Amino acid sequence: MSDPLSEGTGGRRIDEATGTETMGHEWDGIEELNTPLPRWWVILFYACILFAIGYVILYPAIPLRHGSTPGLLHWTSRGAFTREMAAAQAARRPVLHALAVTPIDAVPQNPALMREAIAGGRAAFKVNCAPCHGAGAAGSIGYPNLNDDDWLWGGTLDAIQTTITHGIRYPGDDQTRMSMMPSFGADKILTDNQIADVASHVRSLSGLEPRASAAAHRGAAIFAANCVVCHGADGHGNRAVGAPNLADHIWLYGGARAQVIGSITNAHHGVMPAWAGRLDPVTIKMLAIYVHSLGGGEGFAAAAPAGAGTAGHGQP
Amino acid sequence: MTTGTKDIFAGHAKLERNITLLAIFAFLAVIIGGIVEIGPLFWIDNTIEKVKGMRPYTPLEQAGRDIYVREGCYLCHSQMIRPFRDEVERYGHYSLAAESMYDHPFQWGSERTGPDLARVGGKYSDAWHVQHLKDPRSVVPESIMPSYAFLAQTPLSAGEGGTMQGELKALRLAGVPYSDADIASADDDLKAQATDSGADLARRYPGAQSRDFDGQPGRLTEMDALVAYLQVLGTMVDVNGAAAQEMLTGEQGQ
Repeated sequence: MSDPLSEGTGGRRIDEATGTETMGHEWDGIEELNTPLPRWWVILFYACILFAIGYVILYPAIPLRHGSTPGLLHWTSRGAFTREMAAAQAARRPVLHALAVTPIDAVPQNPALMREAIAGGRAAFKVNCAPCHGAGAAGSIGYPNLNDDDWLWGGTLDAIQTTITHGIRYPGDDQTRMSMMPSFGADKILTDNQIADVASHVRSLSGLEPRASAAAHRGAAIFAANCVVCHGADGHGNRAVGAPNLADHIWLYGGARAQVIGSITNAHHGVMPAWAGRLDPVTIKMLAIYVHSLGGGEGFAAAAPAGAGTAGHGQP
Repeated sequence: MTTGTKDIFAGHAKLERNITLLAIFAFLAVIIGGIVEIGPLFWIDNTIEKVKGMRPYTPLEQAGRDIYVREGCYLCHSQMIRPFRDEVERYGHYSLAAESMYDHPFQWGSERTGPDLARVGGKYSDAWHVQHLKDPRSVVPESIMPSYAFLAQTPLSAGEGGTMQGELKALRLAGVPYSDADIASADDDLKAQATDSGADLARRYPGAQSRDFDGQPGRLTEMDALVAYLQVLGTMVDVNGAAAQEMLTGEQGQ
């Protein structure tokens, strides 16, 4: 037979140049060296096998009828997850407890607690609030900017906490912030011409249109008859009913003429969920403190002078 | 190496030199690997655990799912929350195998250019979804998601030949328990769910929400279907409910 392999070790010889044994086969004078595996590789190879045996003994491995063999450590992914969550909760517990027992108005007096509350509020904001108010809390059309000092329902710590807890026009919460501006056009309270005049007057309050125009004058009379109850005689709004200030340059639904006419014709009734059932009271408290800290917070009780700088440190 | 080990592996020469024999043994090796790795998934408790609340997708949700797949949403969005603290704190309770039992094919995915969507249902309002799909950066300034504004302009032509019946039948063959009534009224169900008249629908699909999803009453668009699908994701099983928690504590999941 010409098969070199079946000749056993007969054809093997030591290669002179390398001192290594050949495989024993040869084609057209070409032979193959049987170079031994490097020692480190062989050791690693057997170490891996030993590791695998140890792994099978210690961890879940061989599938059976209902699950796999549990392993001596009784490790499970859900068990590991539960421990991870429990450890995180235990680490947070002292801070959360301190926040739970501290009235919200008193938190700013405690710079360390304030820092934790703002950090926790920022994390919760990213998960729960950023979808509408934006990652930087700058809002967009229909979603209020929380960085400015223009508040619809009040900007004190207490007022913000109430708004987050009970939401705005949220069905199912009887303490929710509630007000319903009529749709003056859709409900045929005003004619299209009257609405155009009121829009001229409203826009003139913030200098977007001339105050002296005939339309603005006609609009002022209509405004006095229909709008002052909530928005006030000078259009400065009323936080008790969430009526926005119309005399500033901040517009929730846009200040362009078409947008203002649109808002009067079909009133917007923006909804914010009540978070009381979804978030625990401490998280809501942290959120209120975070939103308050964004720049527009009102009624900020003067912090202890020494800690004032530390308290502000956590702000973006 | 000793000559002993050499003798053990000497038979290998036969395998390497006989292509048929090599093919047979390679096939055997793959079969054993397959049985050990894949087989148990069909019977171990962890993967076949039953959870309360799972129902097949309604025709409208299924049509939205088809759009989700067609537009390649899975290329950037996964639908599987893994049991790690950072994922659970951001996205909600970790996903259960049973929650994708009616997904053919599943949308678990491994790429997270965008956030995980396994529990996006109910997290945002319909209006938010519509605005976000039309112009993602108007609500998420740092988003790199493309605009899908055309969905709101495209009339929904669901299923093959404008009917969902064939698709539901095919899904039933794959194991989704659609009843004959479900299949017969598939197209009526689809319209009913998008127009807030789905009383009969809600009886056959418990918890199905019927309303105008895209903010254009009177028009049935692809936006309706996609938002309906997004709003049901992860909402069927009450994972935080008492019964579910009890079940999960007992089931140690490996």
